[in-house]
Amino acid sequence: MAVETQRTSSPTLPKTPSGIRGLDEITLGGLPRGRPTLVCGAAGCGKTLLAMEFLVRGATEFDERGVFVAFEETAEELAENVRSLGFDVQRLIEQDRLAIDHVRVERSEIEETGEYDLDGLFIRLGHAIDTIGAKRVVLDTLETLFGGLSNETILRSELRRLFQWLKDKGVTAVITAERGDGSLTRQGLEEYVSDCVIVLDHRVVENLSTRRLRIVKYRGSVHGTNEYPFLIDETGVVVLPITSMGLNHDVSDEFVSTGVSKLDAMLGEGLYRGSSVLISGTAGTGKTTLASHMADASCRRGERCLYLGYEEPANQLVRNMRSVGLDLRPWIDKGLLHVHAMRPTSHGVEAHLIGLYRLVESLRPGLVVVDPLTALFHAGSTVDAQSMLTRTLDFLKARQVTAVLTSLSHGGDHLERTQAAVSSLTDTWILMRDIELGGERNRGLYVLKSRGMAHSNQIREFLLTERGIELQEAYVGAEGVLTGSMRVAQEARERAAALTRQHEIERRKRELDRRRQALEAEIASKREQFASEEEELMTLLDEDRAAAEQAARDRTAMGRSRRAGAPATDGQRQRTPGNKRQTTEK
Amino acid sequence: MKAEQHAPSPLSESVATEGPEVWELRLYVAGKTAKSVAALENLTRLCEREMPGKYKIEVVDLLVHPQLAKGDQILAIPTLVRKLPQPIRKVIGDLSNTERTLVGLQLRPAEN
Repeated sequence: MAVETQRTSSPTLPKTPSGIRGLDEITLGGLPRGRPTLVCGAAGCGKTLLAMEFLVRGATEFDERGVFVAFEETAEELAENVRSLGFDVQRLIEQDRLAIDHVRVERSEIEETGEYDLDGLFIRLGHAIDTIGAKRVVLDTLETLFGGLSNETILRSELRRLFQWLKDKGVTAVITAERGDGSLTRQGLEEYVSDCVIVLDHRVVENLSTRRLRIVKYRGSVHGTNEYPFLIDETGVVVLPITSMGLNHDVSDEFVSTGVSKLDAMLGEGLYRGSSVLISGTAGTGKTTLASHMADASCRRGERCLYLGYEEPANQLVRNMRSVGLDLRPWIDKGLLHVHAMRPTSHGVEAHLIGLYRLVESLRPGLVVVDPLTALFHAGSTVDAQSMLTRTLDFLKARQVTAVLTSLSHGGDHLERTQAAVSSLTDTWILMRDIELGGERNRGLYVLKSRGMAHSNQIREFLLTERGIELQEAYVGAEGVLTGSMRVAQEARERAAALTRQHEIERRKRELDRRRQALEAEIASKREQFASEEEELMTLLDEDRAAAEQAARDRTAMGRSRRAGAPATDGQRQRTPGNKRQTTEK
Repeated sequence: MKAEQHAPSPLSESVATEGPEVWELRLYVAGKTAKSVAALENLTRLCEREMPGKYKIEVVDLLVHPQLAKGDQILAIPTLVRKLPQPIRKVIGDLSNTERTLVGLQLRPAEN
């Protein structure tokens, strides 16, 4: 819980870190060292606790011992009261790191006569300081003296002397006082304590109580001048801002997945680690589902995720996400996912954000989901919420925690406008919207802005299926952007057209095949014809040759017979030219 | 626990009488300031006059014994504490107003 506080604005004014979270940031280092600080406020606004924490932190974190002079409560009561804040006062007393002196002033048993001074108090205080070597002193509530002693003239001069005496002692003192009408304190103690005056306030605005702290005066030092909300919770006082006000965070070039691959593609590669994402949309557009996907993706990477739900309890979230195929239960069981569900009105806005701060400190998550962010605006004024939000985002960014904020837009609102200008604070803005077309509402999603990323400018249709979120390329064509069943119908038409074309092609192919077959058959038959003609010719030639040979034999035979004197027959003459042709051919 | 320091004046000698009622008084001072001296003188004179021999005065110098301031819830100096008879009563100041001192010690009823 180390607080970076050694940021002194002026080297001349040494400061004592109070150790109270946030206070040291506002005072730029702490309370003026060796001087008294006045803490005033109405009853019940936390003066005593603040003072006690100053001492306890001093003793435990800065090795500065402290003396608590209690005018109103006994040591036992005090120890009891701050035990709920985790302060073990009894142990500190046993270790001599803290001393409590209860100064009881009972008017009824005191009679005043003549001159007196408050040396008794000085001696007691001095004794307590010297015994343990205290560097810090608290006087709670000094004005009780005015109730116990009637000689105001003496009292005032003695108080003046007391403050001077405290300065001379070199102790850093916190003096608490009740707030008076028209003045900071009932008895005008601010006259005496002129170095640092802190006013605490506890006010109820729209039925929600908010504690505020303001530094009215800090002589010799720059300080935050605003009213800062603060909170008393189970670990003490926390003043917002809880982080510095600068804008110099480390930035990461690492991408983390949103858990929806198509969305990652739309964004480029995913989200930058430590960036903030705003998911805005009207009711029922799937903001929680998308945020849950991001939480799921974080758990899959093995990074813890903090889910702050202001609308539904953890079990309901788990059940609902199961219906879209997202089982968060194992992550919860493994301790990776922490779902904190509460009603936004259960605390003031700063209480929520301090709660967030504390959870982030203890869990060290990689991703924080605030669902919905807009719920916080019901827990306080818009101005408060916005300033809180700025600080929270700064805080998360400084810790490289990716923030996912959902924002509910109302029907009448312009969709591209968020409450309290949240959008300007976030790095990436994903807008979910209903697209009403063809008598139905469908979900559309687009990336409105994404700092430092080449993101898609397309509207995608966003489907919640049993297997989680699916992003469909919206149908964009001659008939405009179509979604839902119109897109489905259009797609069906296109499928039918494609099918028809396919059939046509197949038909043509068959036709061609048929023709090719016919052609080939024709070729085959012609070739057959040709072959038979050729065969016929060959047969003829063979016959002819056989005939010629026969003729030759016949002539020989005839020649032999001529010698017998027999003339050639007509048939024998007719064959003579063939015989001649044969010879010419040779 | 009590450190007694008797004032040097002979009148401040603790005097106990045989009566059942013994006034046990303790005067807290811080060094020998004018107020302290005046208070002790005023007290002894008063006691001698009102209850001679029936009182016992103990003077505690807180500069010497600062730890004793806590026990009797001492804030102002000088403070006179009536230890006995009970209940404890305190009178602060130099006791210059005898009437008020007597009222404070409940030797006289308060006027109003």
